[in-house]
Amino acid sequence: MSLLDIIGPVMVGPSSSHTAGAVRLGWLARQCWGEPPKEVDLFLRGSFAATYWGHGTDRALAAGLQGLSPDDPRVPEALDLARDSGLAFRFHGEEIDGAHPNSVRFHFIGQDREMEIVGASIGGGSVRIQSLDGFCLNLSGELESLVTFHRDLPGVVAAVAGELARLGVNIATMNLHRGGRGERAAMVIELDKRIDGSIVDDLRSVHPALERMFLIPAGGDVR
Amino acid sequence: MMRSFAEMLLRAAQGLSLDETLLLWESEESGGSSVGWLRDAMASRLADMERSVREAEEAHCRGRLIGDDGSLIGLYRERAAEPLSGPLVLRACQIALSVATYNAAMGRIVAAPTAGSCGILPGLLFGYEEVFGADRERLLGALIVAGGVGEIVARRATLAGAEGGCQAECGAAGAMGTAALVFLRGGSAEACVHGAALLLKSVLGLICDPVAGLVEVPCVKRNGLLTGLAVLAADMALAGVRSVIPPDEVIDAMGAVGRALPEAFRETARGGLAATPTGCSLRKALVGEVPPLDAEEVQLP
Repeated sequence: MSLLDIIGPVMVGPSSSHTAGAVRLGWLARQCWGEPPKEVDLFLRGSFAATYWGHGTDRALAAGLQGLSPDDPRVPEALDLARDSGLAFRFHGEEIDGAHPNSVRFHFIGQDREMEIVGASIGGGSVRIQSLDGFCLNLSGELESLVTFHRDLPGVVAAVAGELARLGVNIATMNLHRGGRGERAAMVIELDKRIDGSIVDDLRSVHPALERMFLIPAGGDVR
Repeated sequence: MMRSFAEMLLRAAQGLSLDETLLLWESEESGGSSVGWLRDAMASRLADMERSVREAEEAHCRGRLIGDDGSLIGLYRERAAEPLSGPLVLRACQIALSVATYNAAMGRIVAAPTAGSCGILPGLLFGYEEVFGADRERLLGALIVAGGVGEIVARRATLAGAEGGCQAECGAAGAMGTAALVFLRGGSAEACVHGAALLLKSVLGLICDPVAGLVEVPCVKRNGLLTGLAVLAADMALAGVRSVIPPDEVIDAMGAVGRALPEAFRETARGGLAATPTGCSLRKALVGEVPPLDAEEVQLP
Protein backbone atom coordinates (compact mmCIF):
# COMPACT_ATOMS: atom_id res chain seq x y z
CA MET A 1 0.00 0.00 0.00
CA SER A 2 1.40 3.36 -1.00
CA LEU A 3 0.14 6.89 -0.30
CA LEU A 4 -1.60 6.86 -3.67
CA ASP A 5 -3.41 3.62 -2.80
CA ILE A 6 -4.59 5.10 0.50
CA ILE A 7 -5.72 8.41 -1.05
CA GLY A 8 -7.21 6.79 -4.12
CA PRO A 9 -8.07 5.39 -6.50
CA VAL A 10 -10.12 8.06 -8.22
CA MET A 11 -13.20 6.08 -9.12
CA VAL A 12 -16.87 6.08 -9.94
CA GLY A 13 -18.74 4.86 -6.84
CA PRO A 14 -20.16 3.28 -4.89
CA SER A 15 -17.91 0.29 -4.17
CA SER A 16 -14.21 -0.35 -4.71
CA SER A 17 -14.76 -4.11 -5.08
CA HIS A 18 -18.14 -4.21 -6.84
CA THR A 19 -17.73 -1.10 -9.04
CA ALA A 20 -14.08 -0.07 -9.50
CA GLY A 21 -12.88 -3.70 -9.33
CA ALA A 22 -15.57 -4.75 -11.80
CA VAL A 23 -14.42 -2.09 -14.31
CA ARG A 24 -10.86 -3.41 -13.96
CA LEU A 25 -12.00 -7.01 -14.50
CA GLY A 26 -13.85 -6.03 -17.67
CA TRP A 27 -10.83 -4.07 -18.85
CA LEU A 28 -8.41 -6.95 -18.19
CA ALA A 29 -10.73 -9.44 -19.89
CA ARG A 30 -10.86 -7.14 -22.93
CA GLN A 31 -7.03 -7.04 -23.00
CA CYS A 32 -6.96 -10.85 -22.93
CA TRP A 33 -9.50 -11.07 -25.75
CA GLY A 34 -7.20 -8.77 -27.70
CA GLU A 35 -9.66 -6.61 -29.62
CA PRO A 36 -12.85 -4.63 -28.93
CA PRO A 37 -15.42 -7.33 -28.05
CA LYS A 38 -18.75 -7.44 -29.91
CA GLU A 39 -20.55 -10.23 -28.08
CA VAL A 40 -19.99 -11.36 -24.50
CA ASP A 41 -22.03 -13.46 -22.07
CA LEU A 42 -21.28 -12.56 -18.45
CA PHE A 43 -22.02 -15.01 -15.66
CA LEU A 44 -22.09 -13.27 -12.26
CA ARG A 45 -21.28 -15.36 -9.20
CA GLY A 46 -21.73 -15.01 -5.44
CA SER A 47 -22.09 -11.48 -4.13
CA PHE A 48 -21.67 -10.08 -7.67
CA ALA A 49 -24.90 -11.87 -8.60
CA ALA A 50 -26.62 -10.98 -5.30
CA THR A 51 -25.87 -7.25 -5.16
CA TYR A 52 -24.85 -6.19 -8.69
CA TRP A 53 -28.00 -4.05 -8.92
CA GLY A 54 -27.03 -1.93 -5.92
CA HIS A 55 -23.43 -1.33 -6.98
CA GLY A 56 -23.72 -0.88 -10.73
CA THR A 57 -21.59 -4.00 -11.20
CA ASP A 58 -23.27 -4.73 -14.54
CA ARG A 59 -22.54 -1.22 -15.83
CA ALA A 60 -19.00 -1.39 -14.43
CA LEU A 61 -18.22 -4.68 -16.20
CA ALA A 62 -19.70 -3.34 -19.44
CA ALA A 63 -17.59 -0.18 -19.05
CA GLY A 64 -14.37 -2.15 -18.66
CA LEU A 65 -15.24 -4.33 -21.65
CA GLN A 66 -15.52 -1.12 -23.69
CA GLY A 67 -12.08 -0.01 -22.53
CA LEU A 68 -13.19 2.58 -19.96
CA SER A 69 -11.20 3.09 -16.75
CA PRO A 70 -12.66 3.06 -13.20
CA ASP A 71 -12.61 6.87 -13.07
CA ASP A 72 -14.36 7.43 -16.39
CA PRO A 73 -17.54 9.46 -15.77
CA ARG A 74 -19.26 7.41 -18.51
CA VAL A 75 -19.22 4.25 -16.34
CA PRO A 76 -22.85 4.75 -15.18
CA GLU A 77 -24.04 4.94 -18.82
CA ALA A 78 -21.96 1.99 -20.02
CA LEU A 79 -24.97 -0.23 -20.80
CA ASP A 80 -26.46 2.51 -22.99
CA LEU A 81 -23.08 3.08 -24.66
CA ALA A 82 -22.88 -0.63 -25.44
CA ARG A 83 -26.41 -0.71 -26.84
CA ASP A 84 -25.74 2.35 -29.01
CA SER A 85 -22.60 0.71 -30.43
CA GLY A 86 -24.47 -2.52 -31.16
CA LEU A 87 -22.50 -4.53 -28.62
CA ALA A 88 -24.26 -7.55 -27.13
CA PHE A 89 -23.39 -7.94 -23.46
CA ARG A 90 -25.75 -10.46 -21.82
CA PHE A 91 -25.83 -10.92 -18.04
CA HIS A 92 -26.62 -14.18 -16.27
CA GLY A 93 -26.22 -15.58 -12.78
CA GLU A 94 -24.54 -18.84 -11.94
CA GLU A 95 -23.78 -20.79 -8.80
CA ILE A 96 -20.43 -22.57 -8.77
CA ASP A 97 -19.18 -24.48 -5.73
CA GLY A 98 -15.98 -22.98 -4.39
CA ALA A 99 -16.05 -19.93 -6.66
CA HIS A 100 -14.68 -16.65 -5.29
CA PRO A 101 -17.61 -14.70 -3.77
CA ASN A 102 -17.03 -11.68 -6.03
CA SER A 103 -16.38 -13.29 -9.37
CA VAL A 104 -17.54 -13.35 -12.96
CA ARG A 105 -17.09 -15.62 -15.97
CA PHE A 106 -16.82 -13.91 -19.35
CA HIS A 107 -17.64 -15.85 -22.51
CA PHE A 108 -16.38 -13.90 -25.51
CA ILE A 109 -17.79 -14.76 -28.92
CA GLY A 110 -15.98 -13.61 -32.08
CA GLN A 111 -16.34 -14.35 -35.77
CA ASP A 112 -14.20 -17.48 -35.75
CA ARG A 113 -13.16 -17.90 -32.12
CA GLU A 114 -14.43 -17.90 -28.56
CA MET A 115 -12.70 -17.33 -25.23
CA GLU A 116 -13.59 -18.01 -21.61
CA ILE A 117 -12.17 -15.88 -18.79
CA VAL A 118 -12.89 -16.07 -15.05
CA GLY A 119 -11.92 -13.19 -12.78
CA ALA A 120 -12.46 -12.13 -9.19
CA SER A 121 -12.52 -8.80 -7.37
CA ILE A 122 -10.46 -9.43 -4.26
CA GLY A 123 -10.98 -6.17 -2.34
CA GLY A 124 -10.03 -2.50 -2.46
CA GLY A 125 -10.34 -2.45 -6.25
CA SER A 126 -7.68 -5.15 -6.71
CA VAL A 127 -8.59 -7.98 -9.07
CA ARG A 128 -7.30 -11.31 -10.32
CA ILE A 129 -7.93 -13.09 -13.58
CA GLN A 130 -8.15 -16.68 -12.35
CA SER A 131 -8.45 -18.63 -15.54
CA LEU A 132 -8.08 -18.17 -19.29
CA ASP A 133 -9.72 -20.74 -21.57
CA GLY A 134 -9.70 -23.23 -18.71
CA PHE A 135 -6.04 -22.69 -17.80
CA CYS A 136 -5.68 -21.77 -14.13
CA LEU A 137 -3.52 -18.68 -14.10
CA ASN A 138 -3.10 -15.71 -11.83
CA LEU A 139 -3.06 -12.28 -13.40
CA SER A 140 -3.48 -9.04 -11.44
CA GLY A 141 -2.65 -6.47 -14.10
CA GLU A 142 -0.66 -4.56 -11.49
CA LEU A 143 2.63 -5.41 -13.17
CA GLU A 144 3.41 -5.56 -16.87
CA SER A 145 2.19 -9.03 -17.85
CA LEU A 146 3.11 -11.25 -20.75
CA VAL A 147 0.58 -13.99 -21.55
CA THR A 148 1.34 -16.93 -23.85
CA PHE A 149 -0.62 -19.83 -25.26
CA HIS A 150 1.65 -22.58 -26.52
CA ARG A 151 2.24 -26.32 -26.95
CA ASP A 152 3.73 -28.00 -23.88
CA LEU A 153 7.14 -28.76 -25.41
CA PRO A 154 10.69 -28.60 -23.99
CA GLY A 155 12.35 -25.22 -24.23
CA VAL A 156 9.36 -22.90 -24.64
CA VAL A 157 9.63 -21.38 -21.18
CA ALA A 158 13.43 -21.19 -21.43
CA ALA A 159 13.27 -19.50 -24.83
CA VAL A 160 10.90 -16.79 -23.62
CA ALA A 161 12.76 -16.32 -20.32
CA GLY A 162 16.11 -16.27 -22.14
CA GLU A 163 14.96 -13.58 -24.54
CA LEU A 164 13.65 -11.48 -21.63
CA ALA A 165 17.02 -11.92 -19.89
CA ARG A 166 18.80 -10.80 -23.06
CA LEU A 167 16.61 -7.67 -23.05
CA GLY A 168 17.51 -7.01 -19.41
CA VAL A 169 13.93 -7.48 -18.19
CA ASN A 170 13.52 -9.08 -14.76
CA ILE A 171 10.74 -11.62 -14.25
CA ALA A 172 8.76 -10.86 -11.07
CA THR A 173 6.39 -13.83 -11.05
CA MET A 174 5.56 -16.65 -13.40
CA ASN A 175 2.77 -19.19 -13.57
CA LEU A 176 2.21 -21.98 -15.99
CA HIS A 177 -0.60 -24.47 -16.58
CA ARG A 178 -1.04 -27.19 -19.21
CA GLY A 179 -3.97 -29.28 -20.35
CA GLY A 180 -1.76 -32.39 -20.24
CA ARG A 181 1.70 -33.54 -21.22
CA GLY A 182 2.50 -32.24 -24.70
CA GLU A 183 -0.90 -30.57 -25.00
CA ARG A 184 -1.91 -26.90 -25.03
CA ALA A 185 -0.52 -24.77 -22.23
CA ALA A 186 -0.64 -21.18 -21.06
CA MET A 187 1.70 -18.99 -19.06
CA VAL A 188 1.60 -15.60 -17.34
CA ILE A 189 4.89 -13.80 -16.75
CA GLU A 190 4.82 -10.62 -14.66
CA LEU A 191 7.67 -8.23 -15.41
CA ASP A 192 9.40 -5.58 -13.34
CA LYS A 193 9.88 -3.29 -16.31
CA ARG A 194 7.58 -1.83 -18.94
CA ILE A 195 8.38 -3.19 -22.36
CA ASP A 196 7.53 -1.95 -25.80
CA GLY A 197 4.69 -3.72 -27.65
CA SER A 198 6.98 -4.31 -30.63
CA ILE A 199 9.21 -6.53 -28.48
CA VAL A 200 6.28 -8.95 -28.21
CA ASP A 201 6.42 -9.47 -31.98
CA ASP A 202 10.07 -10.55 -31.64
CA LEU A 203 9.28 -12.72 -28.62
CA ARG A 204 6.60 -14.61 -30.56
CA SER A 205 9.24 -16.04 -32.88
CA VAL A 206 11.64 -17.35 -30.21
CA HIS A 207 10.01 -20.81 -30.24
CA PRO A 208 7.84 -22.52 -32.88
CA ALA A 209 5.49 -23.96 -30.24
CA LEU A 210 4.29 -20.45 -29.28
CA GLU A 211 0.78 -19.99 -30.65
CA ARG A 212 -0.36 -16.71 -29.20
CA MET A 213 1.28 -14.09 -27.04
CA PHE A 214 0.11 -10.72 -25.81
CA LEU A 215 1.15 -8.01 -23.40
CA ILE A 216 -1.06 -6.38 -20.76
CA PRO A 217 0.40 -3.03 -19.78
CA ALA A 218 0.91 -2.43 -16.04
CA GLY A 219 -2.00 -0.60 -14.43
CA GLY A 220 -3.07 0.39 -17.94
CA ASP A 221 -6.54 1.26 -16.73
CA VAL A 222 -5.83 3.15 -13.52
CA ARG A 223 -4.43 6.52 -12.64
CA MET B 1 8.67 -0.30 5.86
CA MET B 2 6.27 2.37 6.97
CA ARG B 3 5.10 0.18 9.82
CA SER B 4 4.81 2.20 12.98
CA PHE B 5 3.94 5.61 14.34
CA ALA B 6 6.98 5.23 16.61
CA GLU B 7 9.27 5.18 13.59
CA MET B 8 7.29 7.98 11.93
CA LEU B 9 7.91 10.20 14.97
CA LEU B 10 11.62 9.29 15.09
CA ARG B 11 12.00 10.28 11.45
CA ALA B 12 9.96 13.46 11.93
CA ALA B 13 12.29 14.46 14.77
CA GLN B 14 15.14 14.81 12.28
CA GLY B 15 14.10 18.29 11.22
CA LEU B 16 11.82 17.97 8.19
CA SER B 17 8.12 18.78 8.47
CA LEU B 18 5.83 15.74 8.85
CA ASP B 19 4.58 15.83 5.25
CA GLU B 20 8.15 16.11 3.87
CA THR B 21 9.22 13.28 6.18
CA LEU B 22 6.44 11.06 4.84
CA LEU B 23 7.20 11.84 1.19
CA LEU B 24 10.89 11.08 1.68
CA TRP B 25 10.07 7.84 3.48
CA GLU B 26 7.65 6.80 0.75
CA SER B 27 10.18 7.67 -1.93
CA GLU B 28 12.86 5.52 -0.27
CA GLU B 29 10.47 2.58 0.01
CA SER B 30 9.01 2.75 -3.45
CA GLY B 31 12.52 2.57 -4.83
CA GLY B 32 11.91 4.78 -7.83
CA SER B 33 9.33 7.50 -7.29
CA SER B 34 10.98 10.83 -6.48
CA VAL B 35 9.68 13.13 -3.76
CA GLY B 36 8.71 15.64 -6.43
CA TRP B 37 6.75 13.07 -8.44
CA LEU B 38 4.94 11.85 -5.32
CA ARG B 39 4.07 15.42 -4.29
CA ASP B 40 2.65 16.15 -7.75
CA ALA B 41 0.67 12.90 -7.75
CA MET B 42 -0.82 13.75 -4.35
CA ALA B 43 -1.60 17.29 -5.58
CA SER B 44 -3.56 15.72 -8.40
CA ARG B 45 -5.48 13.60 -5.87
CA LEU B 46 -6.26 16.80 -3.91
CA ALA B 47 -7.56 18.39 -7.11
CA ASP B 48 -9.72 15.31 -7.85
CA MET B 49 -11.05 15.47 -4.30
CA GLU B 50 -11.95 19.14 -4.67
CA ARG B 51 -13.69 18.36 -7.97
CA SER B 52 -15.71 15.61 -6.24
CA VAL B 53 -16.90 18.18 -3.67
CA ARG B 54 -17.89 20.67 -6.36
CA GLU B 55 -19.70 18.05 -8.45
CA ALA B 56 -21.42 16.52 -5.42
CA GLU B 57 -22.71 19.90 -4.22
CA GLU B 58 -24.02 20.78 -7.67
CA ALA B 59 -25.60 17.38 -8.30
CA HIS B 60 -27.89 17.24 -5.22
CA CYS B 61 -28.00 13.45 -5.56
CA ARG B 62 -30.19 11.02 -3.73
CA GLY B 63 -29.57 7.35 -3.18
CA ARG B 64 -31.99 4.46 -3.38
CA LEU B 65 -32.58 4.64 0.38
CA ILE B 66 -31.27 8.06 1.37
CA GLY B 67 -32.22 11.61 0.50
CA ASP B 68 -30.15 14.70 -0.16
CA ASP B 69 -29.07 15.27 3.45
CA GLY B 70 -26.20 17.59 2.45
CA SER B 71 -28.75 20.10 1.19
CA LEU B 72 -30.73 19.84 4.45
CA ILE B 73 -27.60 20.81 6.37
CA GLY B 74 -27.03 23.66 3.89
CA LEU B 75 -30.49 25.08 4.56
CA TYR B 76 -30.01 24.66 8.31
CA ARG B 77 -26.68 26.48 8.12
CA GLU B 78 -28.44 29.44 6.49
CA ARG B 79 -31.13 29.78 9.13
CA ALA B 80 -29.36 28.69 12.33
CA ALA B 81 -27.39 31.63 13.63
CA GLU B 82 -25.32 29.52 15.98
CA PRO B 83 -25.37 25.82 15.16
CA LEU B 84 -24.56 23.73 18.22
CA SER B 85 -21.60 22.01 16.58
CA GLY B 86 -20.00 25.21 15.28
CA PRO B 87 -19.23 26.40 11.73
CA LEU B 88 -16.37 24.00 10.90
CA VAL B 89 -18.12 20.83 12.04
CA LEU B 90 -21.39 21.66 10.31
CA ARG B 91 -19.75 22.62 7.03
CA ALA B 92 -17.46 19.56 7.11
CA CYS B 93 -20.49 17.38 7.82
CA GLN B 94 -22.41 18.93 4.91
CA ILE B 95 -19.56 18.25 2.47
CA ALA B 96 -19.06 14.72 3.80
CA LEU B 97 -22.77 13.89 3.40
CA SER B 98 -22.86 15.32 -0.13
CA VAL B 99 -19.73 13.50 -1.32
CA ALA B 100 -20.75 10.18 0.25
CA THR B 101 -24.22 10.50 -1.33
CA TYR B 102 -22.58 11.32 -4.67
CA ASN B 103 -20.58 8.10 -4.32
CA ALA B 104 -23.78 6.13 -3.67
CA ALA B 105 -25.24 7.63 -6.85
CA MET B 106 -22.25 6.50 -8.96
CA GLY B 107 -20.49 9.86 -8.89
CA ARG B 108 -16.74 10.11 -9.36
CA ILE B 109 -14.92 10.34 -6.02
CA VAL B 110 -11.52 9.71 -4.45
CA ALA B 111 -11.50 6.63 -2.20
CA ALA B 112 -9.96 7.96 1.05
CA PRO B 113 -9.20 5.38 2.21
CA THR B 114 -12.26 3.60 0.79
CA ALA B 115 -15.24 4.55 -1.34
CA GLY B 116 -17.60 3.99 1.60
CA SER B 117 -15.69 6.56 3.69
CA CYS B 118 -14.92 8.99 0.85
CA GLY B 119 -16.72 12.00 2.37
CA ILE B 120 -14.79 12.45 5.60
CA LEU B 121 -11.44 13.78 4.37
CA PRO B 122 -12.84 16.19 1.77
CA GLY B 123 -15.31 17.40 4.40
CA LEU B 124 -12.56 18.17 6.89
CA LEU B 125 -9.98 19.57 4.43
CA PHE B 126 -12.25 21.78 2.35
CA GLY B 127 -14.48 22.65 5.31
CA TYR B 128 -11.36 23.88 7.10
CA GLU B 129 -10.17 25.80 4.03
CA GLU B 130 -13.52 27.55 3.77
CA VAL B 131 -13.94 28.40 7.45
CA PHE B 132 -10.36 29.21 8.46
CA GLY B 133 -8.50 29.68 5.18
CA ALA B 134 -5.44 27.63 4.20
CA ASP B 135 -3.11 27.79 1.24
CA ARG B 136 -2.80 24.95 -1.27
CA GLU B 137 0.60 23.78 -0.03
CA ARG B 138 -0.68 23.46 3.51
CA LEU B 139 -3.78 21.53 2.40
CA LEU B 140 -1.58 19.24 0.32
CA GLY B 141 0.65 18.68 3.35
CA ALA B 142 -2.42 17.76 5.39
CA LEU B 143 -3.56 15.27 2.74
CA ILE B 144 -0.10 13.65 2.79
CA VAL B 145 -0.19 13.42 6.60
CA ALA B 146 -3.65 11.80 6.35
CA GLY B 147 -2.27 9.32 3.82
CA GLY B 148 0.66 8.49 6.08
CA VAL B 149 -1.70 7.68 8.95
CA GLY B 150 -3.79 5.51 6.61
CA GLU B 151 -0.69 3.65 5.49
CA ILE B 152 0.19 2.66 9.05
CA VAL B 153 -3.39 1.51 9.68
CA ALA B 154 -3.28 -0.54 6.45
CA ARG B 155 0.06 -2.14 7.38
CA ARG B 156 -0.74 -2.95 11.01
CA ALA B 157 -4.49 -3.67 10.69
CA THR B 158 -6.79 -3.27 7.71
CA LEU B 159 -8.79 -0.67 5.79
CA ALA B 160 -11.45 -3.11 4.55
CA GLY B 161 -14.91 -3.22 6.11
CA ALA B 162 -15.16 -6.89 5.13
CA GLU B 163 -12.11 -7.62 7.29
CA GLY B 164 -12.35 -5.08 10.10
CA GLY B 165 -15.81 -3.54 10.13
CA CYS B 166 -16.62 0.16 9.83
CA GLN B 167 -13.92 1.10 12.36
CA ALA B 168 -11.47 0.20 9.55
CA GLU B 169 -13.20 2.40 6.97
CA CYS B 170 -14.96 5.43 8.49
CA GLY B 171 -12.89 5.01 11.65
CA ALA B 172 -9.63 5.06 9.71
CA ALA B 173 -10.83 8.01 7.61
CA GLY B 174 -11.68 9.89 10.81
CA ALA B 175 -8.25 9.15 12.27
CA MET B 176 -6.59 10.32 9.06
CA GLY B 177 -8.71 13.48 9.07
CA THR B 178 -7.87 14.20 12.71
CA ALA B 179 -4.14 14.08 11.97
CA ALA B 180 -4.70 16.34 8.94
CA LEU B 181 -6.52 18.93 11.09
CA VAL B 182 -3.81 18.91 13.77
CA PHE B 183 -1.23 19.43 11.01
CA LEU B 184 -3.26 22.32 9.52
CA ARG B 185 -3.32 23.98 12.96
CA GLY B 186 0.47 23.69 13.24
CA GLY B 187 0.42 20.91 15.83
CA SER B 188 3.45 18.67 16.37
CA ALA B 189 3.90 15.31 14.66
CA GLU B 190 3.27 13.71 18.06
CA ALA B 191 -0.02 15.60 18.38
CA CYS B 192 -1.06 14.46 14.86
CA VAL B 193 -0.44 10.81 15.71
CA HIS B 194 -2.12 10.99 19.13
CA GLY B 195 -5.12 12.78 17.64
CA ALA B 196 -5.53 9.89 15.21
CA ALA B 197 -5.28 7.41 18.09
CA LEU B 198 -7.86 9.32 20.17
CA LEU B 199 -10.35 9.17 17.33
CA LEU B 200 -9.81 5.50 16.61
CA LYS B 201 -10.20 4.61 20.28
CA SER B 202 -13.64 6.22 20.31
CA VAL B 203 -14.93 4.07 17.43
CA LEU B 204 -13.23 0.80 18.33
CA GLY B 205 -15.57 -2.05 17.43
CA LEU B 206 -17.77 -0.03 15.05
CA ILE B 207 -19.45 -2.63 12.84
CA CYS B 208 -20.09 -2.59 9.09
CA ASP B 209 -23.82 -3.27 8.65
CA PRO B 210 -25.00 -1.81 5.34
CA VAL B 211 -28.75 -2.12 4.78
CA ALA B 212 -29.43 -4.21 1.67
CA GLY B 213 -25.67 -4.26 1.11
CA LEU B 214 -25.79 -0.75 -0.33
CA VAL B 215 -23.20 1.90 0.56
CA GLU B 216 -25.97 4.17 1.92
CA VAL B 217 -27.47 3.29 5.33
CA PRO B 218 -25.74 3.88 7.72
CA CYS B 219 -22.56 4.63 5.72
CA VAL B 220 -23.41 8.12 4.46
CA LYS B 221 -24.48 9.52 7.84
CA ARG B 222 -21.46 7.95 9.52
CA ASN B 223 -19.34 9.97 7.10
CA GLY B 224 -21.09 13.12 8.28
CA LEU B 225 -20.87 12.28 11.97
CA LEU B 226 -17.23 11.22 11.97
CA THR B 227 -16.19 14.73 10.86
CA GLY B 228 -17.46 16.08 14.18
CA LEU B 229 -15.55 13.50 16.15
CA ALA B 230 -12.39 14.26 14.15
CA VAL B 231 -12.61 17.99 14.90
CA LEU B 232 -12.96 17.29 18.61
CA ALA B 233 -10.14 14.73 18.66
CA ALA B 234 -7.91 17.28 16.88
CA ASP B 235 -8.71 19.95 19.48
CA MET B 236 -7.98 17.49 22.30
CA ALA B 237 -4.62 16.57 20.77
CA LEU B 238 -3.76 20.24 20.21
CA ALA B 239 -4.62 20.90 23.87
CA GLY B 240 -2.02 18.32 24.87
CA VAL B 241 -4.26 15.35 25.59
CA ARG B 242 -2.35 12.14 24.82
CA SER B 243 -3.49 8.54 24.40
CA VAL B 244 -2.39 6.42 27.37
CA ILE B 245 -2.22 3.41 25.05
CA PRO B 246 0.50 4.15 22.47
CA PRO B 247 -0.94 4.88 18.97
CA ASP B 248 0.67 1.77 17.43
CA GLU B 249 -1.00 -0.42 20.05
CA VAL B 250 -4.33 1.30 19.39
CA ILE B 251 -4.08 0.31 15.70
CA ASP B 252 -3.12 -3.24 16.69
CA ALA B 253 -6.15 -3.40 18.98
CA MET B 254 -8.35 -2.17 16.13
CA GLY B 255 -7.00 -4.98 13.93
CA ALA B 256 -7.57 -7.59 16.65
CA VAL B 257 -11.11 -6.34 17.32
CA GLY B 258 -11.83 -6.48 13.59
CA ARG B 259 -10.65 -10.07 13.32
CA ALA B 260 -12.80 -11.00 16.32
CA LEU B 261 -15.96 -9.42 14.86
CA PRO B 262 -18.54 -12.01 13.80
CA GLU B 263 -18.96 -12.17 10.04
CA ALA B 264 -22.48 -10.71 10.37
CA PHE B 265 -20.82 -7.39 11.25
CA ARG B 266 -18.28 -7.33 8.43
CA GLU B 267 -20.00 -6.00 5.32
CA THR B 268 -22.22 -9.04 4.85
CA ALA B 269 -25.44 -7.06 5.42
CA ARG B 270 -26.59 -9.79 7.81
CA GLY B 271 -26.27 -8.02 11.16
CA GLY B 272 -26.74 -4.72 12.97
CA LEU B 273 -28.96 -2.17 11.22
CA ALA B 274 -29.17 -4.37 8.12
CA ALA B 275 -30.87 -7.09 10.18
CA THR B 276 -33.52 -4.84 11.79
CA PRO B 277 -37.14 -5.34 10.66
CA THR B 278 -36.96 -2.11 8.66
CA GLY B 279 -33.55 -2.99 7.22
CA CYS B 280 -34.92 -6.34 6.06
CA SER B 281 -38.08 -4.91 4.53
CA LEU B 282 -36.12 -2.19 2.71
CA ARG B 283 -33.95 -4.92 1.25
CA LYS B 284 -36.96 -6.95 0.19
CA ALA B 285 -38.54 -3.97 -1.51
CA LEU B 286 -35.35 -3.18 -3.42
CA VAL B 287 -34.67 -6.74 -4.50
CA GLY B 288 -38.27 -6.96 -5.70
CA GLU B 289 -37.58 -4.21 -8.24
CA VAL B 290 -34.64 -6.06 -9.77
CA PRO B 291 -35.03 -8.41 -12.72
CA PRO B 292 -33.70 -11.78 -11.56
CA LEU B 293 -30.45 -13.09 -12.98
CA ASP B 294 -30.92 -16.74 -13.75
CA ALA B 295 -29.35 -19.44 -15.82
CA GLU B 296 -31.54 -18.52 -18.75
CA GLU B 297 -30.52 -15.61 -20.88
CA VAL B 298 -31.88 -12.46 -19.32
CA GLN B 299 -31.22 -9.12 -20.95
CA LEU B 300 -30.97 -6.42 -18.30
CA PRO B 301 -33.02 -3.29 -18.91
